[in-house]
Amino acid sequence: MDKSKIKSLGKMIIDRREASLVILLLVILIPIQIRSPQFLSITNIDRLLNDISILSIVAIGEFFVILSNGIDLSVGSVIAFSGMASGMLNEAYPGTPIFIILLLGIAIGAVMGAVNGALVAFGKIPPIITTLGTMSIYRGFTFVLSKGTWVTAHEMTTKFISFPRTRFLGISALIWMALIIIALSYYFIRFTRSGREIYAIGGNATAAQFVGVNEKKIRFLVFILSGISFGFAGSLWTARYASAVNEMATGFEMQAVAACVLGGVNFAGGAGAIPGVVLGALFLGVLNNALPVMYLSTFYQVLVQGLVVLIALIINTVVDQRKMKKLLSQRRAS
Amino acid sequence: MSEPIVTIRNLTKFFPGIKALDNVHLNIREGQVHALIGENGAGKSTLVKILTGVYFPTGGEITMEGKPIHFKNALDSQDAGIVAIHQEASMFLELSVAENIFMGHHLRNERTKKINWKKMKEETEKLLKRLELSISPDTLVKNLSVAQRHMVEIAKALSLNAKVVIMDEPTSALTSREVEDLYRIVRQLKSEGKAIIFISHKFEEIFEICDYFTVLRDGQYINEGYLKDVTTDDIVKMMIGRSIEHMYPQRTPSSGKEVLKVEHLSQLGAFSDISFSLHEGEILGFFGLVGAGRSEVVRTIFGIDRKSGGEVYLDGSLFNPRHPSDAMARGIALVPEDRQQQGVILEMSISDNITLPLLDSLCTRGFTNRKKEKEVARNFGEKMEIKAAGYEVDADTLSGGNQQKVVLAKWIASGPRILILDEPTKGIDVATKAAVHEFVAQAAKDGLCVILVSSELPEILGMSDKVAVMHEGELTALFDRSELDSEKIMRCALGEYKEIVNG
Ligand SMILES: Nc1ncnc2c1ncn2[C@@H]1O[C@H](COP(=O)(O)OP(=O)(O)OP(=O)(O)O)[C@@H](O)[C@H]1O
Ligand SMILES: [Mg+2]
Repeated sequence: MDKSKIKSLGKMIIDRREASLVILLLVILIPIQIRSPQFLSITNIDRLLNDISILSIVAIGEFFVILSNGIDLSVGSVIAFSGMASGMLNEAYPGTPIFIILLLGIAIGAVMGAVNGALVAFGKIPPIITTLGTMSIYRGFTFVLSKGTWVTAHEMTTKFISFPRTRFLGISALIWMALIIIALSYYFIRFTRSGREIYAIGGNATAAQFVGVNEKKIRFLVFILSGISFGFAGSLWTARYASAVNEMATGFEMQAVAACVLGGVNFAGGAGAIPGVVLGALFLGVLNNALPVMYLSTFYQVLVQGLVVLIALIINTVVDQRKMKKLLSQRRAS
Repeated sequence: MSEPIVTIRNLTKFFPGIKALDNVHLNIREGQVHALIGENGAGKSTLVKILTGVYFPTGGEITMEGKPIHFKNALDSQDAGIVAIHQEASMFLELSVAENIFMGHHLRNERTKKINWKKMKEETEKLLKRLELSISPDTLVKNLSVAQRHMVEIAKALSLNAKVVIMDEPTSALTSREVEDLYRIVRQLKSEGKAIIFISHKFEEIFEICDYFTVLRDGQYINEGYLKDVTTDDIVKMMIGRSIEHMYPQRTPSSGKEVLKVEHLSQLGAFSDISFSLHEGEILGFFGLVGAGRSEVVRTIFGIDRKSGGEVYLDGSLFNPRHPSDAMARGIALVPEDRQQQGVILEMSISDNITLPLLDSLCTRGFTNRKKEKEVARNFGEKMEIKAAGYEVDADTLSGGNQQKVVLAKWIASGPRILILDEPTKGIDVATKAAVHEFVAQAAKDGLCVILVSSELPEILGMSDKVAVMHEGELTALFDRSELDSEKIMRCALGEYKEIVNG
């Protein structure tokens, strides 16, 4: 009984990529903790979680698209436009309630995502080309909207820029936002038909068609979802960093994609799960946070970050291949 | 005769440049197994896809239980009670067995629309039990064997409680025992009063399990009737418009010098201690049940998998390929078993597929010679009787069997010295089968060595000079042509006894 339990636990660790990520996370935490003992202090963990909240939200949006065997490169530009619009709304009408600003961000994201989705699903343009194009276009829109200026901290209301740090039950609003998105996405991807159909389309589009999955609808949907998450993240970004600039979140697509891939999401679609994505974001967050603490120069930080991501990926693939080999020989033996 | 449950009248389907179906009639009755017969590209799968709402017909009418039907997608057809096991691999490898069965119609809570995983698992368990399968509903499909995957597809069809069940070449990946299981299921479905459409290129199967037949040729309706009233020859005539004189060519075996020698070749977990030799102009048949390890042996010789012991000699010297390109450089070609996934590049044209391994020789100063390329493609395409709108169309518009022919043509065009064919006639119609056999015999006559891996005993008996038999990774027998005896071979394949006659 006990033995079989241990065995099934071992099997779960091999089966779930998340498990190997947890182990890797522990492995890198040990030297960090030794080098700077305050790393795992409550304050620092709180700061870390705040730092990865936005990344988690964005990575989940990217997750939906990658799961459908697509990619969304317009991340940074959608964040910038929505963040800029949020900041300008707050500046122009200081009395606007915060949830209206957040809704504006969500709406902007949904529209921009819908454009991406329409081009991919109905225009049959490959996702990478579509979003490479809209990445520039949306960034251009941001310049047009802001006329090249930016919104600074003292042009926005204190209420808006202190909102992410406001605490409920000891946890900051920003973390709450991320938790809500995580919970909703988890429910959606696990317990709704549309959620499962994303796996179907990404895993085998022909087979999905054979069982009546509406491919166009799903491809359209995933981009709306990613757009919503990016737009929402944009509003939060402006509030948290207390400024809206045209260049904000440039290159953030790399972080979003890295979090997904680290979290075991299959780049070719059809496999992956929300807990993995969140772990992937956490992993990146730890790296981002720990490297400065360890007095590494920025250059080395980038290098180490890239290296660790690469190593994690290699481990993932090797584990995968080992698993296949083992399976094959088991099948022969039985 | 009872009233048909589904009636198809004057059904027509055009694809750009090709009439896949042209005025087809079909009557499907409850409690009857209906064989749909025709050459590769005759339009069988197209008909299935129209019935399941995947394609829309260009013209004609379909009625079900007296009412005309127009399916907009696969769900409509499922709701009407029609399900199919398609010819293409249609599984979600990264998802569980339970989910593969319920994809598209997940069981949900009536009110909240929340997916009920527990109930789906329970239902899956019931279905698997009904099929006498010991698989857990949670297993990911990528961890199942090909045969198990097929059974899951069947379970999927059963889960829908359909009135019409369509099976498009369901047996091509199954071992003989699994085929028996499938027959049992088909009979069970039949006794439950379901209407079954069964597509196969194997006549023994058709006569064993089916009651009624309809023959298509070039998308046209040719004939229908009860199978008990006809012979294989009659069917062949209807299919191709003539009869086939020889399924297997007359050969006068002649063997030259030794080319390939395999000694004690082993691969951990797959096969062990395999020894045989191959001479110029010889055809070595490799027989065994599906999963006996034959494919692994030839993959190792070709450099795809690595050996864990033993030696391979080529022209008398040690040969240790690290990569298929090593083997190709020495004139070895392997036509893989799983041609749909390993052989044909669906997004490329037929002609580009065929000339792929030849690009080096077709290039002049770094540029490809389109004209020469087309010529080569046409030459080999015609040899293999590939049926297509033209050699410039993408391979993914071809019928399943024709895709396989493209792969065959591709490797044969590369002009090898040693040709390894892994199940070359799987899913290929009779006429082409005969053509492939003829071609292989001619190749041997020209001095090539051929390794023919096949699970079809008549093919092995009809073609081989020598037969190696494998059972669960071991070589159980090596027969000369003079000693060939079907019963003995079968018993060796089943592992009932070992007989290494000729070392
Ligand atoms: N999507 C498509 N686009 C263009 N042509 C197609 C398409 N699907 C099928 N065809 C053509 O329609 C014809 C009939 O194909 P179909 O797949 O129905 O043949 P089949 O009888 O199932 O053959 P097989 O025994 O090889 O499976 C073929 O000539 C094929 O090239
Ligand atoms: Mg077919």
